[in-house]
Amino acid sequence: MSTLPIAIPRPVHPTGLWNWLTTIDHKKIGVLYGVTAFIMFISGGIEATLMRIQLSQPELDIVSAAVFNQLFTMHGTTMIFLAIMPLGAAFFNFVIPLQIGARDVAFPRLNAFSYWVFLAGALMLKLSWIGGATDAGWFGYAPLTSIDQNPGKGIDFWIISLQVLGIASLAASFNFIVTIINMRAPGMTMMRLPLFTWMTFITAILLILAFPVITVALIELTFDRYFGFNFFNVSRGGSVVLWQHLFWVFGHPEVYILILPGMGIVSEVLPVFSRKPLFGYTTVVLAGIIIAVMGWMVWSHHMFTVGLGPLANAVFTITTMLIAVPTGIKVFNWIGTIWGGSIKITTPMAFSLGFIAMFLIGGISGVMHAVSASDAQQQDTYFIPAHLHYVLFGGAIMALTSGIYYWFPKFSGKMFNEKMGMLHFWLMMIGQNVTFFPMHFVGMDGMPRRIYTYTEGMGWDLWNLVSTLGVFILIAGFVVFILNMVKSWKSGPEAPGDPWDGRTLEWSIPSPPPEYNFKEIPVVRSLDDWWNTKQGGNFKEIPVAGGSGDEEHSIHLPQPSYWPFVTALGLFIAAYGVVFNQLFVPWAIAIIGTFIGFVGVYAWSLEPVNDPDEESTH
Amino acid sequence: MVTMKDRGVLGSVFINSSQTQKILLLLMSLALAVLATGCFIIDPNANQSTFEPLGPVADRQLTIFWWILIGGGVVFVLVEAALIYALIKFRRRDEDELPKQVHGNKRLEILWTIIPAIVVIGFSIASIDALFYSADVPKDSDKTVTLEAIGHQWWFEFRYPSPNDPENEVITANEVYIPVGIPVRINLESVDVIHSFWVPKLAGKVDMVPSEGNYMWFQADVPGEFFGQCAEYCGTSHANMKFKVVAVSPPEFDKWLSDQMASAVESGDPLALEGAGVFKSAGCSGCHSLKTVAKSGSKGRVGPNLAHLASRRHLAAGMMDSSDGAGNVNDAYLQENLRKWLENPSEIKPGNIMSSQAAVYTDPDKSLTERQISALVAYLTSLK
Repeated sequence: MSTLPIAIPRPVHPTGLWNWLTTIDHKKIGVLYGVTAFIMFISGGIEATLMRIQLSQPELDIVSAAVFNQLFTMHGTTMIFLAIMPLGAAFFNFVIPLQIGARDVAFPRLNAFSYWVFLAGALMLKLSWIGGATDAGWFGYAPLTSIDQNPGKGIDFWIISLQVLGIASLAASFNFIVTIINMRAPGMTMMRLPLFTWMTFITAILLILAFPVITVALIELTFDRYFGFNFFNVSRGGSVVLWQHLFWVFGHPEVYILILPGMGIVSEVLPVFSRKPLFGYTTVVLAGIIIAVMGWMVWSHHMFTVGLGPLANAVFTITTMLIAVPTGIKVFNWIGTIWGGSIKITTPMAFSLGFIAMFLIGGISGVMHAVSASDAQQQDTYFIPAHLHYVLFGGAIMALTSGIYYWFPKFSGKMFNEKMGMLHFWLMMIGQNVTFFPMHFVGMDGMPRRIYTYTEGMGWDLWNLVSTLGVFILIAGFVVFILNMVKSWKSGPEAPGDPWDGRTLEWSIPSPPPEYNFKEIPVVRSLDDWWNTKQGGNFKEIPVAGGSGDEEHSIHLPQPSYWPFVTALGLFIAAYGVVFNQLFVPWAIAIIGTFIGFVGVYAWSLEPVNDPDEESTH
Repeated sequence: MVTMKDRGVLGSVFINSSQTQKILLLLMSLALAVLATGCFIIDPNANQSTFEPLGPVADRQLTIFWWILIGGGVVFVLVEAALIYALIKFRRRDEDELPKQVHGNKRLEILWTIIPAIVVIGFSIASIDALFYSADVPKDSDKTVTLEAIGHQWWFEFRYPSPNDPENEVITANEVYIPVGIPVRINLESVDVIHSFWVPKLAGKVDMVPSEGNYMWFQADVPGEFFGQCAEYCGTSHANMKFKVVAVSPPEFDKWLSDQMASAVESGDPLALEGAGVFKSAGCSGCHSLKTVAKSGSKGRVGPNLAHLASRRHLAAGMMDSSDGAGNVNDAYLQENLRKWLENPSEIKPGNIMSSQAAVYTDPDKSLTERQISALVAYLTSLK
């Protein structure tokens, strides 16, 4: 193999840019995902802030109608695909191998590839602001996306970048499913998996089932736009409702893809800071599985006003109401977990508790929407953004923030400033309620969503202003958060291996973990093995986090590689070429990009393995 | 939760309570208080409030809403109370304390699975009656008015079957009259993208999906003017797509309908006559019809029908008034706003087809002169 000219040796770059470009260490990839997603979160936040300023008073002219429509479309797409999903992926990457006692994921190079492809898709979408971003709404209802309605490149960027992001998500999901099934430490049975790992597992399965649906819908749309097909062209016998079905068959499981990792994080944090095992572990796992199954039976509740008829609406009312049951079970079990515990309120705990308090509001307004008779009044009003922000901000973002604080000592090796953390928490709690709660009011007073302005005298002025003020409280919160993270990472006090008196395996190793994670692959004897071991219940000596011994040279780790990056770069160029298919020679850029991608895959498959004993990295 | 104290993880940052913390707690309570009062400050008289149903469909939908809100409110209070109670009661008092290790409780977990399931199924079934009720005109109603609403970017076209001739339809735009106390069935259609037909005080919305044959019904119990607005995002000027429902007594409704069928009145005023000429020469008539009656099912023109523009209470799909508060058309308003509209329609409705396609707006050589605008205003104001 190594005689082939294409077989370029593996890179050996212990530090610097090359190290980040070629790394396949799941921890570094996790950090890359997290930082990128957070930058995307800020960009989505800026889009939201501009919208709120425009709506702070009636008939303002801060941004034009056209720009406003791009803002809300990009805000939704960014937050869902470029912020919350990859933040989840950041945790999967960093935490899962540590929780299951593995040295890396099953396919380390594929993991790097997932990140670079995600970055390609993210950049592509955000760069579409140059020249006009998509303005068809994040669910891109046909026929607003047709070439007649929307001849600009914005929609093409949106379609192609979602396809690229889909590749990233699928690759990552397969990787995590295989990792969780195959890479568990001895004794780590499925019903001993930490809850976060369980929820990740379910999320990954949902992803590989849901993404193909949107992929098909996007391909149909691409064919309509590029080749004059008529999938969604009513005048030629197509159907615009078809798009809605396809989109929401993907879109509703997507909601659970966004929230399940957060539920997993909360299920980790609450037991640790209550010093009690999760109440009803089996039930919480089963509730997650039931949510994932039932998530496929409720999509039409996004379409109660589309005219599917009262019978269909009645069926989807009942299925949607029923999905509240497993969600409720989780909430009750979380309260059961802290009930009778020894509760210590640290920043991660505060965020997890805040998650329960806020997610509950989103859950209840969700049940209200489930009733299609009254939803006819709420659908497409500001009541919907109110609901979805309580789920995605009060829910997903609160839980993910909890996770960032919880695992910060582990991935940075430093402690964050607790005072600033709590300040961040309170600013978030106040800010989100002031921002999102009034949206219920204006919604019930008849303010449709997605309007770039409104006239005076509709009774919406006061609460829109309040809502806009709330955004600035949130911004203050995030400034505190960023300062805390940057300062602590640079000069915070050293973190011990197990600062929280943790329960799961990641706390049994030093902070930050060595490249090889575990010197010795642990043997797992129970759920919450590390906690039980510390309690002396697992017939071992009470260990110290990090263990002892210095047998490092014999650990064989997967080695860095150029090719995931090169392949992703090829995909990026090819995707650009599809959007600009008429530049210079038709399809030329796409062909060049595809060629680079093939070179990447070819070289990847023939890449030699360096002799680990010749390496000097550790 | 209100008693939450900041306790650091490390000795160096260990604090019990701080000034900032107290201020933030105060702010949180203040914010919650303001938001809670918000529930009472919502103005039910607001033009599009769903809290003031004035017809049976909206009324049924609001009743369901209240039931769900009460049920949700009870759950909210119980769960948040349990959460806050646990936080106060079970705070760690001693760093070494180890609580009883409870792994779960099968009986309790089955209980909180089955009870919510029964409650939500109960709620669903209780709401299904309202769902079917709001879907179509009740079978037992002896009289029904049927009309068609057609969504355009960004205005509404309305068609009534002609009372004298079933082959023909009466056409108007952006303002729809209905008789009080009689169920109205609205067939919904769209010529371009998906719109949504919504009059909050009369009924929840139903989307106007191209070629799907959707319909809805409502009934006004009191006379008056009801605000409607497109609820489904439909492109650049989605925010500027409104209409009015005017409910009048049945005899008034019949009179209005026959007035609508009458041909447009041509005025003898010389400026208006000049305007009639401009209307044709500038190309307005290519998109705006002045015919009030058309064959059933025939395709409408690109722009709104203007035959009785000066009898309508609003201009530009509800964006500008042409009447006083009592609903009487005021020529001065009408002229002022018409002029504004003709001078720069994209200022009022960004992205509208007239601005982007009519030669008088796209070709600087053909743009309307001051004189032509005045003539057009005079002419259109005469179309009572």
